[in-house]
Order: sequence, then C-alpha cells, then structure tokens
Amino acid sequence: MIKDDRKYSKTHEWAMRSGDSAVVGISDHAQDALGDITFVELPKVGATLKQGKECGVIESVKAASDLYSPVSGKVTEINGSLETAPEAINSDPYGSGWLFKITSLDDAEFAALMDAAAYGTFMESEA
Amino acid sequence: MSVIYTKSVPGRRGVKLPGCDVPVDHEIPENLRRREDAALAELSELDVVRHFTELSRKNFGLDTNFYPLGSCTMKYNPKVMEKIAALEGFSQLHPLLPQLYGGCMLEQGAIAVIFELEKLLCEITGMDAFTTHPMAGAHGELTGMMLIAAYHKDRGNRKTEVLIPDEAHGTNPASAAIAGYEIVTVPTGDNGMLDIDTLSDRLNEKTAAIMLTNPNTLGLFNSQIEKVAAMAHHYDAQLYYDGANLNAILGKFRPGDARFDVMHVNLHKTFATPHGGGGPGAGPVGVKRHLEPFLPISRIRKRTDGTYALDYDYPKSIGYIAPFYGNFAVCLRAYAYILLQGRQGLIDVSEHAVLNANYILASLKEQFHAPYPDRCMHECVLSAVKQLEAGVHAVDIAKALIDYGFHPPTIYFPLIVKEAIMIEPTETENKETLDRFIEAMKKIAYKALDDPQKIKKAPKSTPVGRLDETKAAREMDFNYIDCKP
Repeated sequence: MIKDDRKYSKTHEWAMRSGDSAVVGISDHAQDALGDITFVELPKVGATLKQGKECGVIESVKAASDLYSPVSGKVTEINGSLETAPEAINSDPYGSGWLFKITSLDDAEFAALMDAAAYGTFMESEA
Repeated sequence: MSVIYTKSVPGRRGVKLPGCDVPVDHEIPENLRRREDAALAELSELDVVRHFTELSRKNFGLDTNFYPLGSCTMKYNPKVMEKIAALEGFSQLHPLLPQLYGGCMLEQGAIAVIFELEKLLCEITGMDAFTTHPMAGAHGELTGMMLIAAYHKDRGNRKTEVLIPDEAHGTNPASAAIAGYEIVTVPTGDNGMLDIDTLSDRLNEKTAAIMLTNPNTLGLFNSQIEKVAAMAHHYDAQLYYDGANLNAILGKFRPGDARFDVMHVNLHKTFATPHGGGGPGAGPVGVKRHLEPFLPISRIRKRTDGTYALDYDYPKSIGYIAPFYGNFAVCLRAYAYILLQGRQGLIDVSEHAVLNANYILASLKEQFHAPYPDRCMHECVLSAVKQLEAGVHAVDIAKALIDYGFHPPTIYFPLIVKEAIMIEPTETENKETLDRFIEAMKKIAYKALDDPQKIKKAPKSTPVGRLDETKAAREMDFNYIDCKP
C-alpha cells in the first residue's frame, strides 16, 4: 500500500509535509520486507540530519537495517511510544508507526523525493 | 521439558559434605557474608545425571546431523585434532612462561606450531606475514582495519572512508566503523558481481580501503578482482580480503596473488576447528610486506640456530590485540588439519565443497527460485519467492527442514536477495546425505504450495514447537527465577 498524501525516498522512508516541518516514517513495503520489528533506534531530539544519511537503526527478526533521513533538517520530536511498542510500525506504518518530526526543510530536497506514483514504479523496477 | 529448578526438592542432596573443621565464623567478617542461602537446585546425584544426560541427547550438531549453514562452513572436524590439542605437552603449558627469562626454551614446541602455522597460511593465501592473535573472524577484520589505519597514519594519508559491497557480511561495515571509518556502500550488479562503474565513482582520495569477500556472499567468484586491486592502489587504498569463503578456493586462487593487501582467515571455518557454540574461533590476519611493521606484538622470530623467540621490537606495531598469542589450542588444531590434508588434500577440499554446492543448486533450481542459477562456488543462494505466493516464507522452509532431520540453512542473508536461503554443504558430506537433503527440500517445496498451513506450523518433531522469535526479541527475559522483589 502506498499513500498519495506524502513523498518517498529510494530507501523506503516517507515524509509528509505540513508547513515548515515534516513527519517521517517507513513505507508499508519497508515494514513488510523487514518483518516483525523488534527495536528502533531513533535520532535524538535536536539532532541535525542530512538527506540520505544514516539517522537510526531498525531491527527486525530478520535483520538490523539502517534508517536514512529522507530530508535534511532538525529533529523536533520522536515517537517515544515505539520504544515499548515497535510493532506499531508493522501495524500502522503511515499512522501511529511514525518515527520522528523534522523542521527547517529544504524545498528543493523535498520536491526531489518521489510521489506515490513514482514510488510505485520504483518498487516495481526493484522487484 | 523442565529446567533443573523445577525438579528441585528442599533438603534433597547429591553429596554428603563432611562437617566444617575450619573456624569460618571468625574469619569472614559479618558484612561480607551472604544474608540468605543461594538459590541452588536441590537434587540427588542420579537426578542430576539423568537431567543432563536427557539434555545431551537432545543436542543437535554436526556429529549427529547435516548442518548446511551458509557462510559458516560447518564442516566435520576430524577427532584426531581434539586428541592432539589435548596432549599434555600442549594443554598444560602456561602462557606466561615464554615471557620469563629462559622460559621460551621450555615451550619451543608450541611456539614452533604458531610459527609454522603462520608460514603455512602465507603459502596458502599468498600473503607475506601472518599474526595468529585475533580470536575470531570479526576480530581479524578489526585487526586488519587497524593495520590499514596505522599504515595510512604512517604515510601521512588522510583517509576517512571504507568501500564495502551491499552483499557483504555485516561484520565488515561494523569492523570498519569501529576502526573509525565511514562506510560507503557499493551496490551489486544484476550479475551478482560488484558494480565496477559505481565502485569507480565512489573511490577517491578519501578511500582508506575496499573490503571484499571472494567468492562473495552470493557464492560467486569475482574474476575482475585484479582490476579492482589496480583501482584501489591508484588511490593508495588498501584491499581487504574477508576470508570467510576461503573454503572455496584452496589451491586455486591466492588473495595475495590478486594483490590483496590484508586478509583474515577463519580457522574455525576452512581449517576445521570447533565452531559456533563449540568455539572459540580464531581469525589470523595476513598482510603484504608493507603492512608487516604494524602487525600486533608479540611476533615470533626464528633464530639462526633454529630455535624460536618472541619478539616485541616492532615500534610501529598496533600493539596488543589479544591476551598472549590468540586461541593457541585452536591454532594447533588448524595446524594439525593442514598437515593432515597436505597440499592435494586442501585442493580436494575446495573442489568437493564447490561440487557439492553446485549439485544442490542444480538439483533444486526448478523447485526454488535461484537468482544466480548457472553455477556457484562453495555455497548456493536460493529464494523462497515462489513459495511466498502461497504465503510460505524462507523461515517456514527452514523450520520444516528440522522435521526432516536437517539443520536449517542460513536465511535472509545475503540481504540483497529476497527470502534468501543460503546453503553451504561443505566437502565433508557424502552424496547420499546431499540426496536426502535435496529430497526433503523438494517435498517441502511441494507442500508449501499444496498445504502451506502445515509448513507454517513446523517443526513438529522437536522438544518445543515453533518459537515466537518476535516476542522473544521484543520482551527479553533472561531470568528463570523471578528476581523482582
């Protein structure tokens, strides 16, 4: 499932913008490929992230995978409930399984992310 | 299955201890004595013997079953090596002795074993010098990356990045990161080989090293390796060889000849020493001449009169990376194994390992998707994507194999293959065993489509059924006894 109200990176993170900030998570495809998620290491509030750079780790029963920030900016809030209930990423990747919020976005960077249709095509080309 | 504590009965004893005739009460100060009795199980000697004998009969290992764990080279270890390692002349040595004045002369045999093993590993791999100190493969990787860092520092090079293919063992990026480098990933092309063009793009003045496994984790041999070496050396980047897959190339290809600068060897894989839970491992590191001054100390020097001495006079050395001389008894077993096999024996090892893996690949590529179906080296990678259409995952196939009496292969690695099943039969299995395994895999492939629910409930024949790995990872609980107040 791909939601068309947000944008996607090639490393399967999504970013949904509102004003100057955005919420970040991983796509339904990503959570499905990872399998049952058991642990999430998120960036710290206040951390400055760079687009495409590692900013955390997601561990599942299959593997530990790096998390890449889809946009550059400063972390304003993290989803603390994932510490005790990481399964929210599996059950609701586009909702309660969000990872962090980020501010001071770069317009050009955000525009360069894939929209839902482009992400769909990208996933097919990867499969 | 019950743990020993549930069999405990208060007051039951295994042994009768004589009364204490030492005045303990006066010797141990009150504040150092425990307030309550230790929570020990109370059983008779027979209860204990039966309990542990029962557990030992549930043991599953190479001595009982086929264990085709990809990337791990779970070959049979000849028992004679255990006998040699247990010889009193070796097992009763004190590791400090050679460091005392004159003590070295009392342990010449053991030191000769290390020296000779280093020489044999040089000959097998084409490197110029070895250290046997690293205690495991990943420890060898870290040692190798530290050697590279020391080399660049000595040359005044400012290097910050290490290039690693996306199919690499996870320990590669971990070791390079711990050595202080930033990891740059290089993708694998459609042919399962390192993408040379992208490598060329990502290689620059900042590149400290390229870490490669050859054959790679897809079981494919990269024949462009000399080109990669030339590209790396153009920037004075060092080429690291991950020896995890050495079992495929003995006597056929020497990393040193392909201009690799540093490598590690997993003695516990290729050279048949105890492995997995039976460890400890050993990950000797070999280098070319230009990296030798940086090797860990102590090193072994052969005097002109034929005796051996420990040498600490290496001012550029990275220093100690392990206590004493590494896992000596493991090195001893590997030394014995190499002598046991001899030159032709080692060549046979690789030829049979590669033949066995190709036999499995050829026999199963109809039933399972084979992303690289033509040929492989010592292991083959299949994928459960055909079975996934019926909802059966690689993990279900792995669990179902247990009911056929086989240890599951490696699954979900390499990461770049969806629903990966990675099978490494090794050279020590005969054709009958391989045929039984192939037959079991075919049956499972059929059942996966015919009765997927049955496969998803496997295993049935084990003391406990399918374990909830997710719950175990999410709610870790290591205590049997409830420790909460």
